[in-house]
Amino acid sequence: MKKIRILVFGLMCVQPVAAQRIAPAPAQTAPVVLVGATLHVGNGRVIAPSVVRFDKGVITYAGPAADYRQSNQGAQVIDVTGKHIYPGLIAANTQLGLNEIELVRATHDYAEVGDFNACVRSLVAYNTDSRIIPTIRNNGILLAQIVPMGGRIAGTSSVVQLDAWNWEDAAYQADNGIHLYWPSYFRYRWTSMGAEVGPDSLYERNVQRIKDFFQEAFSYLNKPAPEVPNLNFEAVRGLREGRQKLFIHCNYVREIIHAVQWALDASIRPVIVGGRDAHLCTDLLRQHNIPVLLLDAHSLPPYPDSDIELPYKTAALLREAGVTYGLTTSGFWQVRNLPFMAGTTVAYGVPYEDAVASVTWSVAKILGIDDRTGTVEPGKDANLLVVSGDLLDMRTSQVEAAYIQGRAISLDDAQRQLYRIFKEKYGLR
Amino acid sequence: MRTLIGAVALWGMALKTSVLAQTTFPVHGVQDERQRHVALVNATIIPDAKTVLTSATLLIRQGRIVAVGTKVDIPSDATVIDATGYFIYPSFIELISDYGMPAQNTASRQDRLQLESAKKGAYYWNEAVRAEVKAHELFSQRADVAQQLRAMGFGSVVTHVRDGIVRGSGALVLLGEERDNDLMIRQQAAAFYSFNKGSSQQPYPTSLMGSIALLRQIFYDVNWYTAGGWREQQNISLDELQQNLKLPQVFETNDVLSVLSAARIAREFGFTFIIKGGGNEYQRIDELKEIGMPLIIPLTFPRPYRFQDPFDAATVPLSDLMHWEFAPANAAFLSQAGIPFAFTAAGMKEAKEFWKSLRGAAAAGLSSADLLKALTEMPARWMRIEDQLGTLAPGKLANFFVCTDSLLDPENTIVQHWIRGRMYPVASSELIDLRGRYTLEAGPLKATLVISGDFAAPQASIRLGDTATYTARLQRQERLVTLSFRQPQQGTLNWMLSGYLLGRDLTGHGTDAHGKPVNWHARYQGPPPKPKDTAVVWTHTVEGKLRRPFNGFGWEQLPKPETVLIRNATVWTNEAEGIMPKTDVLLQNGKIARIGKNLNVPDARIIDGTGKHLTAGIIDEHAHIAIRQGVNECSHSVTSEVRIGDVIDPNDVNIYRQLAGGVTASHLLHGSCNTIGGQTQLIKMRWGYGSEALKFKGWPGFIKFALGENVKTSNWGDQYRFRFPQTRMGVEQTIKDAFIRAKTYKKKWDEYNRLSAKQKALTVPPRRDLQLEALVEILEGRRHITCHSYVQSEINMLMRLAESLGFRVNTFTHILEGYKVADKMKAHGANASSFSDWWAYKFEVYEAIPHNPALLAQMGVVTAVNSDDAEMGRRLNQEAAKSVKYGGLSEEEAWKLCTLNPARMLRVDGQVGSIRVGKDADVVLWSDHPLSIYAKAEYTWVDGILFYSRQQAAQQQEWIQAERQRLMRKMMAAIASGEPAREPSTFSQTLWDCETITSGQDVE
Repeated sequence: MKKIRILVFGLMCVQPVAAQRIAPAPAQTAPVVLVGATLHVGNGRVIAPSVVRFDKGVITYAGPAADYRQSNQGAQVIDVTGKHIYPGLIAANTQLGLNEIELVRATHDYAEVGDFNACVRSLVAYNTDSRIIPTIRNNGILLAQIVPMGGRIAGTSSVVQLDAWNWEDAAYQADNGIHLYWPSYFRYRWTSMGAEVGPDSLYERNVQRIKDFFQEAFSYLNKPAPEVPNLNFEAVRGLREGRQKLFIHCNYVREIIHAVQWALDASIRPVIVGGRDAHLCTDLLRQHNIPVLLLDAHSLPPYPDSDIELPYKTAALLREAGVTYGLTTSGFWQVRNLPFMAGTTVAYGVPYEDAVASVTWSVAKILGIDDRTGTVEPGKDANLLVVSGDLLDMRTSQVEAAYIQGRAISLDDAQRQLYRIFKEKYGLR
Repeated sequence: MRTLIGAVALWGMALKTSVLAQTTFPVHGVQDERQRHVALVNATIIPDAKTVLTSATLLIRQGRIVAVGTKVDIPSDATVIDATGYFIYPSFIELISDYGMPAQNTASRQDRLQLESAKKGAYYWNEAVRAEVKAHELFSQRADVAQQLRAMGFGSVVTHVRDGIVRGSGALVLLGEERDNDLMIRQQAAAFYSFNKGSSQQPYPTSLMGSIALLRQIFYDVNWYTAGGWREQQNISLDELQQNLKLPQVFETNDVLSVLSAARIAREFGFTFIIKGGGNEYQRIDELKEIGMPLIIPLTFPRPYRFQDPFDAATVPLSDLMHWEFAPANAAFLSQAGIPFAFTAAGMKEAKEFWKSLRGAAAAGLSSADLLKALTEMPARWMRIEDQLGTLAPGKLANFFVCTDSLLDPENTIVQHWIRGRMYPVASSELIDLRGRYTLEAGPLKATLVISGDFAAPQASIRLGDTATYTARLQRQERLVTLSFRQPQQGTLNWMLSGYLLGRDLTGHGTDAHGKPVNWHARYQGPPPKPKDTAVVWTHTVEGKLRRPFNGFGWEQLPKPETVLIRNATVWTNEAEGIMPKTDVLLQNGKIARIGKNLNVPDARIIDGTGKHLTAGIIDEHAHIAIRQGVNECSHSVTSEVRIGDVIDPNDVNIYRQLAGGVTASHLLHGSCNTIGGQTQLIKMRWGYGSEALKFKGWPGFIKFALGENVKTSNWGDQYRFRFPQTRMGVEQTIKDAFIRAKTYKKKWDEYNRLSAKQKALTVPPRRDLQLEALVEILEGRRHITCHSYVQSEINMLMRLAESLGFRVNTFTHILEGYKVADKMKAHGANASSFSDWWAYKFEVYEAIPHNPALLAQMGVVTAVNSDDAEMGRRLNQEAAKSVKYGGLSEEEAWKLCTLNPARMLRVDGQVGSIRVGKDADVVLWSDHPLSIYAKAEYTWVDGILFYSRQQAAQQQEWIQAERQRLMRKMMAAIASGEPAREPSTFSQTLWDCETITSGQDVE
C-alpha cells in the first residue's frame, strides 16, 4: 500500500509544473509484483485477491494471491489492494499519430489520393510524438491499430504500442491489416430538406472494381514477383498467404452481407469494421466466424424510427447471437472514451467481464495479437493497468499505473501539464 | 393601373348595350369581328358550387355570359349547340404558375462571394428582393402549356416569375390563344413571396431564418419609406412593394411548418397571406386554425413504395409511409377545420394525374362542393375577381368547360374548354359521343357494334351471334368515321367501312372481306354496357391516427400534466439540502409540490423510486437540434436580425431521443459562422407540441456571438478569404463597429421618441433596423450573449470590449481555454459552458484540456457542460461526470454542470434547475447514480407531463413495427390495383453543429 502511494503520488511530485516532453519509459529492470488487486483477466475471468508478477516485460504469474509461490527477492512489490488490474486496452481502427489537428491539413497523414493504395503503410507515418497519444494512454489504452483511410483500399495498417521513441520502436505487429472501404449502397443528394437518399446506381460498378483488383492481384501473386513489381499487388501478398487480415469497413446490412460473401468467394475471412447493422445478419457472421469491430457505441440510431437505444444495445445483440466482436471508436483524440463505450454496453446487456474482453482480448484476437497480449496471463506481454475505481465508468475511473511490456509508463500528458500550470497560477490545491 | 382595372369592370357591366368591341389595333383587310353568340342547351350546368341545373341553357355572347338557367330565351341570332347529356362547369383558376414567363436564369452560384447586388439601378440591396418584377410586362402566351392546363380544367392563371423572396406582381391571364391583350384580365392581380432566394447570387440569406429576417426587414423598410423615407433615399423596389402591398399577397412555401412561419410574418404586419403549403397541412391543423390564413394546397400526392427488400424498406421512415396514407385527406382535414383553401396543380403536368388526385381528395372525405369551390370561387374571391370569374353568372367571363360526366366521375372527360367565349377542343371540337350499342348491317352481315371506353379514344367491337366477338379499329375525324375488322375464315381482306355520323347513327360505304363493295348502316340502340369497373377508382381511406408530431414517436393523444408521487428515491436537490436519501417528491399541476419523507397523497400516481435517483432535468446550454433549414446565417459577419425562434422544428426526433437522455430544456443556438450570429431560443422538450409551445416562457432573449477560426472563415477553403474579418484583429473591430452603430441608432430613436406628437408628424421616423435593434437590447441588458470562443486572447478581448461598451458577456460557450483566464472571467461576471473533453479538432483547440470545467467551477465561475451535438446531447450526465474524473469536482457540483448551472447562466434558475418546491416539475428518475455510465433515464417529466418513459418507448417500438406492416400491406394492395409505385428512397435528416455551413435554402 505504501509503495503504490509512492508510485502514484510520486508521479505528481516528481513532475515539474512546466510543460515538457514525456519520455518513453526504460525497459523493465526488476520484476514487478502487484499484490491484492481484483484482476480482470480479460477473458471473462475475475480473480480477487490476485497477484500479478512480470519480469523482463513478460507476465510470469497472474492468479489468486493464495496460490502465489514465487520469490519476491529483488522484485518491486506493490500493494494494490482495493484496486483493479485490467489488460491494457487496444484501440482498433484509429488515426492516432496520423492526424494531429482535424482542420489543419499539414498535420494529416491518414488518407492518400486514389482508390487503390494497398501499398501505403500507416506505420511509417505514425508520429510517436503526437500530443494526443499520452492522453489516450491515460484512460487505459496501451495498444492501437493505426489505420489509413480514403479510397477503396486505403492501405496497410500496423499495431503499435503507445509508449515509443519512434515508429520502429512502436511497431507491435507491423503491416498486418489491409483496409478496404466497401462502397456505399446509397447515394446522397443534398437538399435543404436533408439528404435525399436512394440506392446508388454506381454501386455495382464500384463493387466490380474491388473484385477486379483482388482477382488480378491474386493471379499476379501466383507467380514470382516480376522485375518491375506492382506495389499494390505485392502489398496484399500477406493476405494471400494468411499473414495479413482484411478489414472491410461497412455499416449497412446489405453491404455487410455483400462484403462477406465476396470475401468468402475470394477465400478471405475478413473482419467487418463499423458493423452498425451486424445484428441483422448474425447467422451469416457466426456461421463463417466473421468477427466485427463494432464502431461507436455512442452514436445516434440509424433511422428516425429506430429503437432509440439501438447503438447502445448492438454489442449485446451480437453477443447473444454468438458473433465475435470487439468495440472500437472512430477518430483519434476521441479514442480515450473507448472504455466508456464498453461501459455503455454493460448498461445495455453485456456482462461486465465480457465488456472488458470486448476492448482487450477480443480485439487482440481480431487483430491477430492474442498470443502476446489482450489478457493478463502468464507468458503474455505485461501490458496492463492498475485502476482505482471502475475503468469503464468515467465517474470513478482513475488509471493509477500502466505498464507496456513491463515498462512503467508515464501517465503525464500535455493536458495534465497545462492543468497543473494553471492550478499553480491560481493557487488551487 | 387602377383606372384600368376600373375600366375593365365597367366594360364588363356595360356589355349588354355594347354592339361591337373596340380595338386599338389597325384593321388589315376587312374587319371580321365575331359576336360568338352561342347557346349551349339541354346541359347539366353547375354554375357554382352550390347549384346544379339540369336541362339548362348557357347563353354567351362576345366572351361573356348573357344568361344561365333552365328558362332562357334563345335569341334568333345565337348558334345553338345541343349539349344533351353533357355537364358544364366554370373553369378553374390556378394561382401558382409561371405560365408564359420567360425562362429563368439558372446560373450556378459563384465561387467568390458577391456581397453586393449585381443588379444595376436604384433597387433594393438584395437581389432576392424583386418587388419591381411585373409579370404582365413579361407575359407572352404559350399555346402548348395553355392546352395542358385547359385539359386539367383551368381557364385562367395568375402567373408570376417564381424567383426570389419578394417576387413582384403576378398577372391574371386567360388560357386562350387570342392576342395577349385580350388574354390579360388584370395586369397586377397579386403580389408574390417565398422563402427561397432563387437566382440571387448574393450570399444573404443562406438560411430560412435569414429569409424570414429579410422579409421582416423589408416590410419595415416599406413602412419607413412610405412614412417619408423616400425623401432620404429613392428606391424603386420599395416603391413597387408599397404598391404591391395593396394587392392580394400570395406566399409560396413547400411545408406546413413554413406555412406557419409565413403566417407569423403576416400577423406581425397585419397582413393576410394566401399561403401555398406543402400538402402536409393536416399535420398541424390546430395551429393553422389558430392562425387563420387562407391556404393553397398542392395535389401532388406521394406514390406508394414498391418494397421488395426488407432492409431497403427499413430505410424509409414511418412518417413517409404515414404521409402517403394521409396526403389525399389533406383538403378534407382543412375543410373540417373550416380553414379556407384553394387547390393548385403546380408541379403537375399530366391532366390524368391531376384528376386522379382530385378524386383522391374527394374519396378521402372532401365534399364535391368544397372541391369545386377550391378551384373556382375561392381563388376568384381572393384575387378580387369574383365579378368576372369563379362562377357562371350573367356578365361574367364565359370561361367554362364541357365534360361528359359529373366532375369526379372516373369516366369523366373534358370535351371542350371555352375561354372568353371561344371554344378550344380538349377531347373533341364537337360534342359527338360515338359510344353506344348499334345494330350493324353491312351487305349480308348483321351484327352488333359496341363502341365503348374513353370518350376521346373509344374502342369498337363487333359481335356476331352469341359467341364470336371481333375487335374493330375505329377512327374518327370530326363526323367522318372509319371502321375496319377481320372476320376469320371469311375471305382474305379486312372489312373496311367508311362512313359518317347521321344523327346518332352511322352510315356509309365500304368493302367486305373479299373486297366487294357494300353499303352499311349502324343504328344507335342506346348507351354501351357499363364496363366492369376497370377504371382505377380511388378508395383511399385514412385508417391511421393523426400523430403529433407526425412520425413514429408521435403521440396519438398529447400527454397531460399528472399528479405523481415518486417515493423513496435518492433526490439530488441541487439546493442546500444536497443529496437526500429515501425521499418522496410530489409533482402536481406542473410544479414540484412537496418534498419529504413518507408523503401520502391520495389520487397521486405512485412511482417507486427505491434504489433510483431523482434529479432536476438536464439543460443543454448549447444545442442545434430541432432547427429547420439552416443553423447558420452564414453570409454576413453581423446577422443579429435572424432568430432561431423562427425556425424551430417540433418534428425533430432528437427531441424525443434527448428526453430519453434526461434532457428537459435545450438552448438552440445559431451556428458560429459569423461574429455576431443570430438570436437563440431556449425550448422545453415538450415533444408533440407546436414550435411556439416549445418555447421556454419567461426566458429573456439571448444571442449567439462567435470568435476565432469560424468567423474568420479560416477553414472553409480558399474562396472564403474575402469576408471581413479574416483575423482576430478584425473580429474586435467588427463587434466594436456594430455596437457603435447600435448606439447611434438608439440615440436616433430616443431623440425621435422625445418629440411631441405634433413634431413627430412633421418628422420622418428613423428606419427600424432589426439588426441594430437586437444590439440595442444587449446594450440595455435585455438580451444576453452566449459567445462561441476558444482561445484566451479572444475571451479577454471580448470582455474588455464589452466593458468599454457598458455591458457584460453573459456566457462564453465552448470556452476551452477558459481555464487560462478563469480569474478574469470571474471578475467580469461571465459564465462558462464548456465541452467536457473535446479537443484537437482545429488549431484553436489544441490547448484545450478536459479539466477545464472543473477548474473554472473551482474558480467560482458558473460552469456548464454542453453538447453541441445531437448524439452527445443524450448523454450529458456522462459529460458532467467527466469533471469528477478530470479535475476532481465533487459529484454534487459535477451534477450541477448539466442542470442548475446552465439554468443559472440562462437566467431561468427561478423556474428550473433544482428540485425545490414551487419550481417547474422538470425532473428525471434515473435507474442508477446519475453520473454513472450505467444510469438510464427511466422517466422524464417536463412541467409535470410524462414525456418519456422507457416502458412507453418500448411499446412505441412495437407500434411502429405494426403500423409499418399495416401501411406496407396497404401500399402493396394499392400497387396491385394499378397505382404507379416508387422505389424506396427518402430524406435523411441533416444534423447541425456549430460548423455547419450547408445552405438551408431550398433546392428545387
